[in-house]
Amino acid sequence: MSVAAPGTRFADAFAARETDALPGLIPYFTAGFPALESTVPLLIAAQETGCLAAEVGIPFSDPLADGPTIQRSGTRALRNGMTLHIAVRQIRAAREAGVTIPLAPMTYVNPILAYGPAAFMADLRAAGADGLIVPDLPDDEAGDVRDVAHAHGLAFIPLVAPTTTGSRLAHIAAHASGFVYCVAVTGVTGARAALAAEALQLLDRVRACTPLPRALGFGLRTHEHLEQLRGHCEAAAVGSALIDAIERDEQDAAGAAARFLRSMLHG
Amino acid sequence: MSTAAARGRFGSYGGAYVPETLVPALEELEQSMDAALSDAAFLAELATWLHDYAGRPTPMHHARRLSAVNGGAQIWLKREDLLHTGAHKLNNALGQVLLAVRMGKQRIIAETGAGQHGLATATACACLGLRCIVYMGREDMRRQALNVYKMELLGAEVVPVDSGSATLKDATNEAIRDWVTNVRDTHYVIGSAVGPHPYPTLVRRLQRVIGDETRAETRRRFGRLPSCVVACVGGGSNAIGMFTAFVEDEDVELVGVEAAGRGLDSGEHAAPLSRGRPGVLHGSRSYLMQDGDGQVEVTHSISAGLDYPGVGPEHSMLRDSGRARYESATDTDALAAFHRLTRLEGIIPALESAHALHVAARLAEQRSADDLVVVCLSGRGDKDIDTVRESPLG
Repeated sequence: MSVAAPGTRFADAFAARETDALPGLIPYFTAGFPALESTVPLLIAAQETGCLAAEVGIPFSDPLADGPTIQRSGTRALRNGMTLHIAVRQIRAAREAGVTIPLAPMTYVNPILAYGPAAFMADLRAAGADGLIVPDLPDDEAGDVRDVAHAHGLAFIPLVAPTTTGSRLAHIAAHASGFVYCVAVTGVTGARAALAAEALQLLDRVRACTPLPRALGFGLRTHEHLEQLRGHCEAAAVGSALIDAIERDEQDAAGAAARFLRSMLHG
Repeated sequence: MSTAAARGRFGSYGGAYVPETLVPALEELEQSMDAALSDAAFLAELATWLHDYAGRPTPMHHARRLSAVNGGAQIWLKREDLLHTGAHKLNNALGQVLLAVRMGKQRIIAETGAGQHGLATATACACLGLRCIVYMGREDMRRQALNVYKMELLGAEVVPVDSGSATLKDATNEAIRDWVTNVRDTHYVIGSAVGPHPYPTLVRRLQRVIGDETRAETRRRFGRLPSCVVACVGGGSNAIGMFTAFVEDEDVELVGVEAAGRGLDSGEHAAPLSRGRPGVLHGSRSYLMQDGDGQVEVTHSISAGLDYPGVGPEHSMLRDSGRARYESATDTDALAAFHRLTRLEGIIPALESAHALHVAARLAEQRSADDLVVVCLSGRGDKDIDTVRESPLG
């Protein structure tokens, strides 16, 4: 018996978008990178530049779905002392600092199991998070964790990939809440030059299954990518290219992030 | 829980915790595995390769001098070290590469720690004509330079992995990332009874030939079964291959031996069944070396093949049910057992197998002289000569 999906800030944020606007931007930050206390200023930068929402990546020692850039930032964040408990506190601090955009932590299943799924979801919700993304928890394994997330009022945002078959897609869409995270490439995270044709096909296939908003991610890095996606999806996620930009100017991480996000949004 | 997930469970362990991109490939692999393993023509082809090429069946040797010096039960060795390429790994690699050919995959990837699985996979790819890429931690490439050169001679590309601790865990991460990227034309030959469903089941099926031969041979020679079988456990493929044949024989004690490294209390070991707690790594839930925040810990063992923080999910189930017992041997224990077997029997064992020999000798001491203790001698020690020579304990 699955628990019904909650309404969240995501629904409001997507509802506020104009239909033919550029896809809303969802930046991914590695919590605790470049410094342990970078998270809140980076989330403020995301809000001030006009991002639709933000993903708060909580590092794991063995991030299977991530390419070299996010791996590297995660290793740094772990060395800085980042943990799930600290990330929860930083999400609360971001809310206290006036961040109102939807926030979705993204982490792997093992740290969640170590924390205890029910305690983690309760703490996330109390801190002001809106959803959760777990890249190594596919639909077949997600049931219990998804129910706990929903019971605590958190969206459980599933990933779908170009290799996802039609019947799986329908099944995943039926359980989804918040939005559907569409993986643009057959591969791991990391900036790429061109949008793959399979990305647009996937977005169309998802729309045929569910009215939920679609965010495309993995490999996006330029304003041109966003322009190409106009009308094809409601949001676009950017991670590795953003982390690259922050790495180049670590002394002013929030400034570097803001400059990069503005260039993606406005060219 | 869906039927597919339920089938991949060993009690509460196992499963398939992987990025969505891989789920369809795992389903395809499961279907192909089920079809191939119930196809008499495939099984006959595999049997021919194992017999004519790999050298099966492997002999069982009565370690007379070792048994006499040790006292107690008779110690017999299942000689997987005599298999082509020098370890049990070829049973699995040949089977999986044959399956990949049947699935129409052109490209093979593998991870390796000590290099034995990489070597076996490179060998299978050479004789079956497939492209082979092996991921190996840079630290392991240094420790096992000879195996790196052998893989390259066989035409494989060995890709160094620098992330994390630059050992087997990290090589496995990198192989999985390659598979996520190239899943359409690539088969990932995982080297142990670990990983997402269906790998633990597939690897067990391909390795159970070890236990099946051992069971048949002891019955033929003695008209009875051994009182105890002993095998080392890193991921646990030789152990599960040995145990599976005996798991219904409740009088046969099943003993796995983990790497206690510098001691179970030193924090520097690779013994998740002894000192870890359940968690998810590399696609399955099993005992895992992890800290309180769920971050996977860096392990240590003198033996690169056991230097892994996880373990096959079926071992976790067997541990909890008590059907198998898991002990451990330190680096020092393994080195002493290495030298003892070399001097008393003229067999230079892999350091992995030496862990099993140490515990087997202790178990034999407690038994009568007409008892049989069988040790899976999973590999030969040529690859470890430099490690032994450099060791202050050597």
